[in-house]
Amino acid sequence: MTAAPRSELDEMLTELRSLIESQLNDDLLEAAIAYGELSITVSATTLPRVLQWLRDDSSTLFKELIDICGVDYPDREQRFDVVYHLLSLHHNQRIRVRVLTDEATPVPSVTGLFRSAGWFEREAWDMYGIMFADHPDLRRLLTDYGFEGHPLRKDFPLTGYVEMRYDEEQQRVIYEPVKLRQDFRNFDFLSPWEGAQDLLPGDEKAEERAG
Amino acid sequence: MNEVDLRSFTVNFGPQHPAAHGVLRLVLEMDGEVVERADPHIGLLHRGTEKLIEYRPYLQNIPYFDRLDYCSMLCQEHAYVLAVEKLLGVEAPERALYIRVLMDEMTRVLNHLLNIGTMALDCGAMTPLLWTFEEREKLMTFYERVSGARMHANYYRFGGVNRDLPAGFGQDVLAWCDSFEGLFSDMDRLLSENRIFKQRTVDIGVVTAEDALNLGFAGPMLRASGVPWDLRKAEPYAVYERMDFDIPVGNNGDCWDRYLVRILEVHESLKIMRQAIKEMPEGPVRTDDKKITPPPRAEMKRSMEALIHHFKLYTEGVHVPAGEVYAAVESGKGEFGVYLVSDGTNRPYRCKIRSPGYVHLQALDEMCRGHQLADVVAVIGSMDIVFGEIDR
Repeated sequence: MTAAPRSELDEMLTELRSLIESQLNDDLLEAAIAYGELSITVSATTLPRVLQWLRDDSSTLFKELIDICGVDYPDREQRFDVVYHLLSLHHNQRIRVRVLTDEATPVPSVTGLFRSAGWFEREAWDMYGIMFADHPDLRRLLTDYGFEGHPLRKDFPLTGYVEMRYDEEQQRVIYEPVKLRQDFRNFDFLSPWEGAQDLLPGDEKAEERAG
Repeated sequence: MNEVDLRSFTVNFGPQHPAAHGVLRLVLEMDGEVVERADPHIGLLHRGTEKLIEYRPYLQNIPYFDRLDYCSMLCQEHAYVLAVEKLLGVEAPERALYIRVLMDEMTRVLNHLLNIGTMALDCGAMTPLLWTFEEREKLMTFYERVSGARMHANYYRFGGVNRDLPAGFGQDVLAWCDSFEGLFSDMDRLLSENRIFKQRTVDIGVVTAEDALNLGFAGPMLRASGVPWDLRKAEPYAVYERMDFDIPVGNNGDCWDRYLVRILEVHESLKIMRQAIKEMPEGPVRTDDKKITPPPRAEMKRSMEALIHHFKLYTEGVHVPAGEVYAAVESGKGEFGVYLVSDGTNRPYRCKIRSPGYVHLQALDEMCRGHQLADVVAVIGSMDIVFGEIDR
């Protein structure tokens, strides 16, 4: 989606995009400007090369890695987005680089390029189970010692699986399966009034019967 | 001569250590008194904020941002509100923008006062802590007057702020600024050139500008290393482009420079607060888009349409168009960013919180290597870490 250049900012972004398009050629899978931000998608294998070019080239100089995070789309075959935010102090620009991966395929670590990547990648591993190849120290970071599962995945329940409490008899902290004292409430707010579908609930059964 | 078997040993620092600024557990590999490796164990305050946010309507998520870094509450709300406003395509009216600038700077003073006080305490000076906390208390009463809460304000809204400033607020803030300046320069005189304090901080934990960039630093940590970078100047949000202020920059990137940058930033913040109060226009404080702003109470009692809007806004909430944005503000500690992915429903699909302290703490290992155990405390103090935002 390309927003028409409205302001100077948009023009700068369009320039940056055409520069990236001309430099990266086949490495670039997608480049889009939306909400005044440029996001590009590259394949996992070319990621270190692309980031290194973005960091070192005099026309980009994205020297600061602001953030790495995962996003989970369980319906897709490659269910994870790994999103890198870069900042160029020199040109006062930002860029978002996206890589798609699944549970089994590791993404090359960029700790060699940006030392700030270490904990971001550990967090993405901890929260989503995204693997990073050649990371020097890929331990869990935020979750409890001995935690199992990856809590930010969409199929991980909000309440988790275990809860802990201090047990008076055993005189220590113990872990137990979660017991909800009250039903977990998850309201369905997707109202049929706004953006109503042509297909009403139950209609699909009629089609099934016909077919 | 007998051969002596020398081994480095491991010291567990925290999580219940007063100089750990919360719940930092630090595993230090020591060679005698010298740190060889520092391995921070974080996550003891992890509350799953990002997961919780995915299960709440947009409006109900604002209070979570107060509770991240509980010393710069409104700056964090600002980042989230900016991200949602970007997706919604609404803009806050001018008065609201001025109020945001005023409250952001008040928050920055709150944050720096806490850090200066506690860092001085870590380095052996007790008096500054007592002085700064008294001033923090006064600032919190301002918070209470605008929002009803001393710390967790929940004050910013999409397209504005919750309500207008109470009567006489600006005058009281100006009076506080005047009385505070004297006290603050007293503290500056007491601490900045203090021989013991300088021995503990000068040339400790030096970070060069190149390293600071590669380590992802922002805010006072980056500026102390000599990089003049401030989001309020570089990507002015709200009405910062109209504000007249300077960016203090350090030379050496050591603990003392980081401390001095914060001291000077407090003065700049006071300048901005004064200017914001002086130039604040009259007018509405929330956008008049009825799909985002709830109707006034009186209108709700008479108009059917207003009643429907009110009901829809407080049950279902705002539907935010699909898309992804990153919005960042300069919080007291550095760049606080929110990466928001919306799928067009009334809840965020993903909300990643980029907290400055997290990045800074990561560099602790590099900054402490080769220093003595007591210096670790000074380095942690100068980093200005608060665990609410690091563990999230």
